[in-house]
Amino acid sequence: MELTISIILGFMIIGAIYALHAKDLLSAVMAMGIVGYGLVICFLLLKAPDLAIVQIVVETITLVIMVAVVLDSTREELAITLDRRAILQMIAGFIVFAGLFYFFILAIEHLDPLGAHTLRMSETYVNGAVELTGSVNLVTGVLFDFRAYDTLGEAVILYTAALGVLTLLRIKGKK
Amino acid sequence: MSTIVKRVTPLLAGLIFLYGIYIILHGHLTPGGGFAGGAIIAGAFILLILAFGSSALNLKKEVAGSSNTESIALLMVVVLALMALLFGTKVFFFNYLPKGEPGELLSAGVIPLYNIFIGIEVAGAILTIFLALVIFKEESSK
Repeated sequence: MELTISIILGFMIIGAIYALHAKDLLSAVMAMGIVGYGLVICFLLLKAPDLAIVQIVVETITLVIMVAVVLDSTREELAITLDRRAILQMIAGFIVFAGLFYFFILAIEHLDPLGAHTLRMSETYVNGAVELTGSVNLVTGVLFDFRAYDTLGEAVILYTAALGVLTLLRIKGKK
Repeated sequence: MSTIVKRVTPLLAGLIFLYGIYIILHGHLTPGGGFAGGAIIAGAFILLILAFGSSALNLKKEVAGSSNTESIALLMVVVLALMALLFGTKVFFFNYLPKGEPGELLSAGVIPLYNIFIGIEVAGAILTIFLALVIFKEESSK
């Protein structure tokens, strides 16, 4: 299974790199679709169907909106000019990347292999969720009982996003 | 869109809508739940709008309806959580309804109710964002 996930991850990386360098913006959006749908297959292989359902629907809706934006504005990428400011920004980017990579290597030494070890708190959740919540689906049991505040926060975030879009895109009030 | 799309979309949109309701109602039994089902329901409406164009629907009325629906659904989640202060151990988000037999449709106390209202809220929020973008494009191109 690790080999399959590695192959899919390789395709996702190729898609992301192509999306960065594509001349045509529509094909860049399509290449971003490879990343999203590859993530769906990864979620399914890692036994997270709850996430896979959400990811496939959200990916489709975002792709539709992105394609609409590209078709409505321009299909060609802006030309990049290498002036002093751009070079300074690239140097700053490389320094930040090197720092993050160093701390990533430091952190990954203390991590367990994927799925080898469960935390003490999650063991309590896994063993007692059905009796305590009555929900056979463990994910829903955790989301709406043990971690109900998280769910409330997520719902409020979506509500705030809709409110922000309605506020930013109003036309009548601006006149 | 072409005639084929306009013929097939009404048949498919109803099925997608029903599938979203199934995902929400069985959220405590099978994979899925409020977030996934709400996104699928919003997808059914977005499919209809994409196929028939924005002129076929009264978008202003729709966006008012969807934003009102999501506000009321989020309010209902908070009310359900506050009602827990009246029963049992008096904790916010306490599961105060009878748990029932695990594995049946009517079980797990308040969790199905939370699922239903979160699903309505997510569907309303995604549809509101999409409709706001469509209305903005319509009005700015005039």
